[in-house]
Amino acid sequence: MRGQKQRKQFGKFLVNLTLLFIIIVWTVPTLGIFVSSFRNRTKIDTTGWWAVLPHREWQAVSELDPKSLDLDPDGIMEIEGISGTFDEFRTGVETPDGKRLTWLGNKRLGRIEVQEQVWAVDWDFSLDNYRQVLGGQDFEFKRPDGTVEVVPGDNMINAFLNSLAVAIPSTVIPILIAAFAAYAFAWMKFPGRRTLFILVVALLVVPLQIALVPILRDYKALNLNGTFLAIWLAHTGFGLALATYLLYNYISQLPRDILESAFIDGASHFTVFTQLVMPLSLPALASFAIFQFLWVWNDYLVALIFLGGNPEFELVTQRMAAIVGARGQDWHLLTAGAFVSMLLPLIVFFSLQRFFVRGLLAGSVKG
Amino acid sequence: MNLPGNEVRRQAPSGGMLNKIGHVLLAVVIPFVSFFILYLGFLFLRDSKASREVIVLVAIIWGVGGVGLLYWVFNWLVEKLPDPWKGRLLPFVFVGPAVAILSWYLAVPTLRTFYISLFDRNGPPADLNFIQQLLSGSFVGPANYIAVFTEDLMLQAFRNNLMWIVFGSTFSVIFGLLIAVLADRSSFEKLAKSLIFLPMAISFVGASIIWNFIYEYRPAGETQIGLLNSIVTSMGGTPQAWPQWVAVAPWNNLFLIVIVVWLQAGFAMVLFSAALKGIPEEMLEAGRIDGANEFQIFFRIMLPSIQGTLISVWTTIVIFTLKIFDVVWVMTGGQFGTHVIATQFYRQTFTNRNSGFGSAIAIILLVAVIPVMFYNLKQFREQEAF
Amino acid sequence: MKKVLWQVLALMLVASMVLAACGAPAATEEAPAATEEAHAATEEAAMTEEAPAMAEVDFAYPAGGALEEALKGTYAGTTVTVDGAFEGNDPDGVKLAESVKAFEEATGITVNYIGNKEFEATISVRVDAGDAPDIVDFPQPGKAAQFVASGNIVPVSEYLSDEWLTQQYNQSWRDMVTFDGSEMGVFHRFNGKSLVWYPKKAWDAAGYPIPQTWEELIALNDQIVADGDTPWCIGIESGAATGWAATDWTEEMMLRTTSLENYDAWVAGDLAFDSPEVKKAVETWSAMWFNDAYVYGGRSSIVTTFFGDSPTPMFDADGPKCWMHKQGNFITGFFPEGTVAGEDYGFFYFPPVDPAYGKPFLVAGDSMYMFNDRPEVRALMEYFTVPQSASGWLQGGGALAAHQTATPDMYGVELEKGIAELVANATSFRFDASDLMPGEVGAGSFWEHISSYVAGSEDIDTAMQAIDASWPR
Repeated sequence: MRGQKQRKQFGKFLVNLTLLFIIIVWTVPTLGIFVSSFRNRTKIDTTGWWAVLPHREWQAVSELDPKSLDLDPDGIMEIEGISGTFDEFRTGVETPDGKRLTWLGNKRLGRIEVQEQVWAVDWDFSLDNYRQVLGGQDFEFKRPDGTVEVVPGDNMINAFLNSLAVAIPSTVIPILIAAFAAYAFAWMKFPGRRTLFILVVALLVVPLQIALVPILRDYKALNLNGTFLAIWLAHTGFGLALATYLLYNYISQLPRDILESAFIDGASHFTVFTQLVMPLSLPALASFAIFQFLWVWNDYLVALIFLGGNPEFELVTQRMAAIVGARGQDWHLLTAGAFVSMLLPLIVFFSLQRFFVRGLLAGSVKG
Repeated sequence: MNLPGNEVRRQAPSGGMLNKIGHVLLAVVIPFVSFFILYLGFLFLRDSKASREVIVLVAIIWGVGGVGLLYWVFNWLVEKLPDPWKGRLLPFVFVGPAVAILSWYLAVPTLRTFYISLFDRNGPPADLNFIQQLLSGSFVGPANYIAVFTEDLMLQAFRNNLMWIVFGSTFSVIFGLLIAVLADRSSFEKLAKSLIFLPMAISFVGASIIWNFIYEYRPAGETQIGLLNSIVTSMGGTPQAWPQWVAVAPWNNLFLIVIVVWLQAGFAMVLFSAALKGIPEEMLEAGRIDGANEFQIFFRIMLPSIQGTLISVWTTIVIFTLKIFDVVWVMTGGQFGTHVIATQFYRQTFTNRNSGFGSAIAIILLVAVIPVMFYNLKQFREQEAF
Repeated sequence: MKKVLWQVLALMLVASMVLAACGAPAATEEAPAATEEAHAATEEAAMTEEAPAMAEVDFAYPAGGALEEALKGTYAGTTVTVDGAFEGNDPDGVKLAESVKAFEEATGITVNYIGNKEFEATISVRVDAGDAPDIVDFPQPGKAAQFVASGNIVPVSEYLSDEWLTQQYNQSWRDMVTFDGSEMGVFHRFNGKSLVWYPKKAWDAAGYPIPQTWEELIALNDQIVADGDTPWCIGIESGAATGWAATDWTEEMMLRTTSLENYDAWVAGDLAFDSPEVKKAVETWSAMWFNDAYVYGGRSSIVTTFFGDSPTPMFDADGPKCWMHKQGNFITGFFPEGTVAGEDYGFFYFPPVDPAYGKPFLVAGDSMYMFNDRPEVRALMEYFTVPQSASGWLQGGGALAAHQTATPDMYGVELEKGIAELVANATSFRFDASDLMPGEVGAGSFWEHISSYVAGSEDIDTAMQAIDASWPR
């Protein structure tokens, strides 16, 4: 009996350890850019983000001028009693007393640093990257008469609002429509049920790009182009197949007896759906909500086509594209930008997480 | 099981002529009023120049409330009908809007795409009618499909997509399942699940930035700022630009697939975890009493009972990897032997403006999903409806 | 249950009525502003009719054209949409807005820029759906050619006279926007590509000379190697466009090792990639690139170094690790923050290889095309034919005016002024070949196979034959 208990404890320990390892592997990539987003441009470019952890580092204690030492860089040189070639000194030669001699620069301009290894932490954090991303970039124009004019960048608040206006209805509407359809596929008998379900699964794989031209043409005819409505409907259309499919799989696996007893009590399909199925499906609804919100929030192409003709509706993704486009791989802005654009999805994620962490039929319904 | 309406039905309130007329009137007035309200909202949203906050608010109320209202009104109308009709029509009230929207946004464009795929790079000549288009020189029949299956880059894309499907879905499912099972038995379930799910909240572009930081390459001898190269060089290896590492092609694709596994495992985990918690405790206990060890319980009891979820998660990830685009596009642009079907589709349709070829690729995606469809249908048939 | 639903319904009814009521005034509130503007505009127009004085502008315009009419205020209140491959709020977008400001103020026409990074996709979709923008700023004439072929672009001859264009442009610029004999667009601004950048401070301290010939360049390479460094900073990684920097080098060498006729034939697809001329051009640069002593990080790091990061080692705090970087003048935007032109970095002309072919200059740039023919759109197109329409770039840096009427005093930035002089001294100039080739090649196989060649996964014959095979015929 006691052995079994011990084994059980050991098993639990093993489970915890394995899981901890997986969590660390999963989290480190994100942690890396999170730390980087607070570091300045040169730091990001020259050292890994793990330099914020205590580590041993070579630091210069004194400097020598090769010219005054009368050295021949093309042959064997002797510096401070250590001899070596130029290439060796360039990578650094360690002395017996724990110091290192490093030649910096080429043979013409070089200098020699005497370095010592010290413990260091690189804790030089600032919010500058975020300020630059959120505040927009200033531009300088030098007029022919010599004056310099600065055109200030604009901040991101409007872009945030616009993105919200696009994302919230584009998330909720398809979920609602899909939930009704999923319920019908799962628990209602009707002709064409199988055919329509095949249609849904098949449409999962259709790339939305093929729909852009015909839909834009329809929108033009309806005078919808450049409105919020246009983009909600588009996102609804493009997200509906996956929503229906996922929700179907969840709703169809709800315990049959719960629904059965509700019908025996005289409930209609509508009541069963709104009072029973929807609340029970919260984990699935929440997971899909994250999925769809994220997709809409990060969408660039669909918004450009249906909203892009209207510059006042600038979205966060467009701002990000401008940052990325302006200076290529500018890590300090990219890392900060990535976190800024992640902010809202994270809020949505943490506010919904209790639904899907809780699990399917938690509490009273279970069993 | 019969339709619920047959079993217990509220007796229609008996009353005179007036009552009936009242009902008919109501049946006309309510939908009319609802549609009018929705139309007003539509006009407001289309034409209004109100402040952004107001529009957002109206949008949410109109969008969400409007959709709810629509369902409620149709349901109300159908419930007014005599029984056989009620049973016949009600499912379509539920499923109709979704089917209508899917048809407009995806099904009809797909048919159009199929039609275009039979024409040359400029598509069907717009100034001709249907018959003339088919007879014109632009009509090339199956030529685009033949080209798709003979072009080198397309073949490379097919091979890579196969890798994506096999490795991407397998690893996502395995990790998702493993984490779900482990988390269920661990002492920090909530934290573990949140952290594993976290990457789901990261966009593809964000994920690409994160993984660029892992894969970042600096020439040997320099300080490596990429994590992977830093680890590799500290163990005495030579740094590599991993996704661009052509010497190991096609296995350099795996460095891209890892990114998607990292993103998707959380999604799989959530659904698996929910399903696992749905397994009645008695079933597991019974297994344990019979002397089964934890592995046997996992394979003999747990796996079969979450089979449905397994299929749906697997399907979702397979389709996702079949369509994979952003990660490849941002990381390598399809170069270094990493093209996939979707990057080829993009390139042919937009860069080259070869609409016939691009359309053929899109249709082939649709064909590729047929086996997945059959698998799902099998599952679907077992579902018994009321 | 039912009661609740009724309440909800009633609530929604009230809510939407309130909202509708709110909505209406909100809409009309906005309206007066618009009409006021229109009023002002018509008043202005009326005034100009009374006194025929037109808006005072500092740029020239063709007599009797739409721009002249627009300056009278005739089209005030109208909007022209412009599409392009940069974001409206990135540096190019801000510079465009700055450039058209004078036009907007003088004419009352609003220029609405809708361009973005997904330009290739969005322009295709918009045009195919019948929702084409009025004017498109194409960074590659080859891309414009696709729309010329499908008949979406209005030829220039319909709205601009030959004399005016001759006066504004050197013939070469007009040739670059001529497709199958008809001129379809107007050139706007360009980048000089035949430039080599170097870290000026360290360079001067080390006493390196500026190479004037190929022999001097090779000698300098060896000198820098002997001094313990690598001469070149090269990186061609650029996401989906990886390899374009190598196509630039190929073009430079085509101009330097063979005749202009051959270059033109190559662009047109008449001279194969697999021909000795093209292979020689490729091998001229690859001999340098594949010498690990010449390139920082060695050959293997070329394809994996982001083109924008590749010049960074020139500015290393411990002294330059590589000393030369060949790239168009836009690259200064990628140099580390705080580096100053003329102090921290300088540039020189990429020397000719064979003196027989003179001093050619490679350029790339943006040209404008009209998709919808309306008078206000014509007016803006006419405006784009004067150098003031590129003032944002001339004063903010990043590009040069393509117009021969541009004068040095229009440039606010010394650097661009210096490049303009170099261009003026060139014996010939040609446009970036890959930008002129069909998309399949110029934005596809050329990039891809030249990358594979550099990466070492394909040899020169395989790569060149593969590019030839992809040419749509």
